[in-house]
Amino acid sequence: MDSASSDRTVPGQHLAPTVARSVKILVVGAFGVGKTTLIGAVSEIEPLRTEERITTASVGIDPGQPNKETTTVAMDFGRITVTEDIALYLFGTPGQRRFWDLWSGLADGAVGALVMIDTRHLEDSFEVLDQLELRTKIPFAVVVNQFPDSPDYPLERVRAALDLLPETPIVECDARDRQSAVLTLITLVEHAMTFPVFQKVNA
Amino acid sequence: MDSEEYRDHPVRSYVLTSGRAHPSRNTLRPETLVRAVESRPVLSTAGRLERELVQLCHGTLALAEVAAYLQLPVSLVAVMVSDLVDAGNLTIRSNHQAHVLPGKDILEKILDGLRKL
Ligand SMILES: Nc1nc2c(ncn2[C@@H]2O[C@H](COP(=O)(O)OP(=O)(O)OP(=O)(O)O)[C@@H](O)[C@H]2O)c(=O)[nH]1
Ligand SMILES: [Mg+2]
Repeated sequence: MDSASSDRTVPGQHLAPTVARSVKILVVGAFGVGKTTLIGAVSEIEPLRTEERITTASVGIDPGQPNKETTTVAMDFGRITVTEDIALYLFGTPGQRRFWDLWSGLADGAVGALVMIDTRHLEDSFEVLDQLELRTKIPFAVVVNQFPDSPDYPLERVRAALDLLPETPIVECDARDRQSAVLTLITLVEHAMTFPVFQKVNA
Repeated sequence: MDSEEYRDHPVRSYVLTSGRAHPSRNTLRPETLVRAVESRPVLSTAGRLERELVQLCHGTLALAEVAAYLQLPVSLVAVMVSDLVDAGNLTIRSNHQAHVLPGKDILEKILDGLRKL
């Protein structure tokens, strides 16, 4: 593949020189729930993708041998230059337990997470919520993505079904719509501001 | 299922990073901003991927962006970036102290920015 890699282009989508710090928000949720769509709706760059090979079993990896126990996990992401000196990155990743090693590193230092929910398959999100609640302390907001054939549950019913804490925000959203997606981010950051861990001002 | 091209990488990366699996600094995260040090030429012993990486960073990018453009896993790019920082070819633009969460002042700025979108 050596010759093929030499025609990799060098895209010039650099951040403005004034940007000196970055923050991140995770977008998690079951397969096909709309993570990439939401990221694409708000990102100032075409969403990018990286892939990571992870082992899902405790079998050693032989670097020369494709191993059946390794899987490739994709991470989609986008970015928004929110102020002249701050870039916000949105990392979309499946939140299932078997990918924990991958996304626990991602959660480290995050402002919070948007947990995307598809009410046609509510149970698919239980595991993601469990992982967030039990294994991280990061703030999260639940985003109910509306599909044409989604049942018309009131949000409070979804809240009850998901057994959310009273203070956890839950909002409806059309992930394809920029303003709708931006509102979910605003909801999350407002919620994060109430967490003592963010109260400190570090210049 | 994986593309042939992708399957190549783990082996090549293993050689490239002399078998190390983790960056020497664990302060590098996918959102860490990096930038090339223009005044510092890349050593003639550097590999092609490392040159490409430095070239990509003539403006500021997050580590994850570098990984996506080079079609390499973030974990590997973290190792390469770490080495290139040690060699003086890259600087870390963000990240001040690792594991420090943004303060309330930063969250307020983010909110202001989001409300203007
Ligand atoms: N009607 C409607 N369709 C949506 C919405 N969000 C996403 N979709 C569609 O749902 C499908 C899956 O969306 P993706 O954004 O790819 O979902 P994902 O969570 O990134 O999926 P994976 O990465 O495969 O886990 C796509 O065909 C989208 O066009 C929405 O808000 N409304
Ligand atoms: Mg996706």
